Amino acid sequence: MSEAATEPAAVAVRRPRRIENRLLRRFVRNRPAVISTLVLSVIVLLAIFAPVVERYPFDQMQLRERSQPPSAEHWLGTDRIGRDVWSRTVHGARVSLIVGFAATGIAVLIGVVLGSLAGFHGGWVETLIMRFTDVLMTFPPIIIMLTLAAFAPRGLWVIVFIIGGLSWPGVARLVRGQFLTLKEQEFVAAARALGNPGPRVMLVHILPNALPPLMAMISFGIGNAILTEAGLSFLGLGVPPPAPSWGTMLEAARNLDILRNLPWTWLPPAAMTVITVLCVNFIGDGLRDATDARMVL
Amino acid sequence: MLTFTLRRILMSIPVLLAVTVLVFTLVELAPGDVSDFFVNPELSGSPEAVQEMRRNFGLDQPAPVRYGIWLSQVMRGDLGFSFVSGERVMTMVLRRFRNTATLMGVALTFSVIVGVSLGVFVAVRQYSLWDHLLSGLSFLAVSMPAFVTGILALYLFAVVWPIFPSGGIRSVGQAASFVDRLHHLILPSLVLALMQTATFMRYTRFSVLEVLRADYVRTARGKGLSERGVTRKHALPNALIPVITVIGLSLPVLVVGAVFTETIFSWPGMGTLYLSAVSSRDVPLVMGLNLFIAVVVLAANLLTDVAYGFVDPRIRYE
Repeated sequence: MSEAATEPAAVAVRRPRRIENRLLRRFVRNRPAVISTLVLSVIVLLAIFAPVVERYPFDQMQLRERSQPPSAEHWLGTDRIGRDVWSRTVHGARVSLIVGFAATGIAVLIGVVLGSLAGFHGGWVETLIMRFTDVLMTFPPIIIMLTLAAFAPRGLWVIVFIIGGLSWPGVARLVRGQFLTLKEQEFVAAARALGNPGPRVMLVHILPNALPPLMAMISFGIGNAILTEAGLSFLGLGVPPPAPSWGTMLEAARNLDILRNLPWTWLPPAAMTVITVLCVNFIGDGLRDATDARMVL
Repeated sequence: MLTFTLRRILMSIPVLLAVTVLVFTLVELAPGDVSDFFVNPELSGSPEAVQEMRRNFGLDQPAPVRYGIWLSQVMRGDLGFSFVSGERVMTMVLRRFRNTATLMGVALTFSVIVGVSLGVFVAVRQYSLWDHLLSGLSFLAVSMPAFVTGILALYLFAVVWPIFPSGGIRSVGQAASFVDRLHHLILPSLVLALMQTATFMRYTRFSVLEVLRADYVRTARGKGLSERGVTRKHALPNALIPVITVIGLSLPVLVVGAVFTETIFSWPGMGTLYLSAVSSRDVPLVMGLNLFIAVVVLAANLLTDVAYGFVDPRIRYE
């Protein structure tokens, strides 16, 4: 394992340009991952241009057009209080993607900082950080998130920080592992021998080489964050109304009457959640295969 | 083995302490307490009444003192009383745990049997039509959260084609019967099992494929064993060992899935109890449930490691 993992790092030092090209080439060969990238791009565009593609303001209640099935005016129909489901779905994409990307960004930042510190320094710093990571990993984080979300003030960015702030342990472990392997490499010894100070060795020489395996984890992390946000919103603890979240839209279907008679109000958010997460997971799979050291041999 | 088990139990104590401190701090940092649940500021709620209530619950004490009191209670095996219902937390948790354990037990059994069998089935037929079909479906299943599958299952099998009840643990106004309970149990436990089944299948497939490439499998083939014999006697026992870890580690995932499944199917389990506890700021109940879940998860981890030692004689614990 460790022998295999050293391979791409050594290549990266000799020919800095080549490795990215090779990763890209290998990723492009993975058809599900490429299709997923295209689909996800469409969803991202929908989210960015939500105010343009919406037919009506997402929170506008047209009381005369309550509970309408899909039609030319309302592509996906309207909900019980006359809000346009299409508009709410594309705005929901915004909420989901903001939470997915921002929360994962926070998690990666915390994870990379703590993981690098633990892996580079070792000693009591490592023990302290890794014990804390273990505690967070033994306990299902969503239980703590539920508690936090129920007790904290409500808001989109609160949810982002709750999810991001508790999703880093996996990243920290991975980065630490990478550091432990890379630390023993000749190029690190060389960098030290040239008189580079510790932080520079850590940031400039080790960190860039520790990142490729992280890409797959980032992708899966985004999927998880999207699911967590939808889940929290589904339980009524997520993004507060009137912001339309896919989870909140789905939650309405817990009412048997809505579930039975207005399937067009909850099927689109359900489908969008699954499609988005499916795409992100396929991309993650593609990235993992592309960066998997064993595939180099 | 015994020393290993004892040491692991000792090591889990700091983890449990850390979990309770973490949860207690989170609950403490949040604005508001249980008096917000009982006293409506717009109706009655004179400041004196709120003060009185907080004193009754012991909320006028500083937080570290309250944590100390709670901890010394726990040491004596007492989880205290719920702020809201006044019942013993332990009684409430155990009563709900029975229902959750039924749900999770059925789901876990189903997903282990079906998931592992399917995993082996597709692994020995790598790149066949079955492999592509089932692997594709499993990828879909791991991307479907319990709240999506739950709502879909409810729509398909309780509304469009009503062969199952839409929720609850048994029919109201009927004598409790085993058949009736089973009827209520099937849909939620299958929903809970779906994602795990897919996970176990994917993992088993991977693990079996890995082992089928091993040298000793080639040796077994080389000495003329049938492909069936190779798989049964040589590949499977080795391939299934790492699967045990995945099964053991699936418990936290099941706990989380149970929260959603119970909510959708109005199942009176720990998940729904937890949700009502956090929304009413019932601190003793929240703390008790967290401690309980943490103990169960840690116990499952320990059990996994011990089981590992039993099935794989190469592993030695010192």
